[in-house]
Amino acid sequence: MEVKDANAALLSNFEVYQLLTDLKQQRKESGKNKQSSGQQNLNTIMYETLKYISKTPCRYQSPETVRDFLITMKGHKLTKAEKLQLLNHRPVTAVEIQLMVEESEERLTEEQIESLLQTVTSILPGDPEEQQRESPMATEDKGDQE
Amino acid sequence: MFVLVEMTDTVRIPPWQFERKLNESIAEELNKKLANKVVYNVGLCICLYDITKLEDSYIFPGDGASHTKVHFRYVVFHPFLDEILIGEIKSCSQDGVHVSLGFFDDIVIPPESLQQPAKFDEAEQVWVWEYETEEGAHDLYMDIGEEIRFRVMDETFVDTSPTGPSSAEASTSNATEEVQKKEAPYTLVGSISEPGLGLLSWWTNS
Repeated sequence: MEVKDANAALLSNFEVYQLLTDLKQQRKESGKNKQSSGQQNLNTIMYETLKYISKTPCRYQSPETVRDFLITMKGHKLTKAEKLQLLNHRPVTAVEIQLMVEESEERLTEEQIESLLQTVTSILPGDPEEQQRESPMATEDKGDQE
Repeated sequence: MFVLVEMTDTVRIPPWQFERKLNESIAEELNKKLANKVVYNVGLCICLYDITKLEDSYIFPGDGASHTKVHFRYVVFHPFLDEILIGEIKSCSQDGVHVSLGFFDDIVIPPESLQQPAKFDEAEQVWVWEYETEEGAHDLYMDIGEEIRFRVMDETFVDTSPTGPSSAEASTSNATEEVQKKEAPYTLVGSISEPGLGLLSWWTNS
């Protein structure tokens, strides 16, 4: 076996999530008539990875939101790795942005950080339950506390 | 967190699978070989992304199976340096906090990379961040099961391929050596010594 290129492309969590859910669907449809002994590793890693990714914000994303996000990000002059981290984590505070963007104190002013946060929270969908909780109409009943 | 790796390999399809579509047999074989395994200096392989090229299949004398050279791309877990990740605390020990991502367990945050000052509580076997404010010191415990945000500082690949038979020494010493040699093939070293890193509950505004 030979590795031609160990870094051919970066994948966002959303792309891996899509790939794994499609693969899971395919395997469910084709039925369990294959010998599962060799497939155990694949099953394990798929299950665990899907479980992990499903807890991240990417489960609410779609190809259109990702595309819109990247188009809007063009104006902010961030590196590919930084945009990928913003896409995967969906930061809501300035402190998180400072972690993901290198030397953010020198490269971004406070308004830029604010506008970056605005872009991220408006384009990338977050947890719909949380957004409902934060709306002023929310009553005091105990929702799903996670 | 995930990268696409281009690889080539020769896949052997035994004759009783010839009735299946070649692409399917090859995809299954590649996943069987690589899924959930660590490739040295590459990362933890997750699943096949796609097959880019299939060369001609050959049958060699003495073996009825077909051998096909395949060019394919594989999804591999390989976080880049300084990447921010969120994991779960699995355990704490004297050598640091052990974090797990579910599908990948060998992440350790050494004591010097914790938020300082930190101390190890022997009774509960957890690390504690002694956070100082004007009111006094708060002890922030790093309990098991808590979600933690950390930065990847370093990665180590260990070649775990078998080294062949050692010279005929006493078999007892060999047995103890084997037990000690269970190293993880791929480990990550993390750090939480920056503002914003550490338990998620430490930094939420609510």
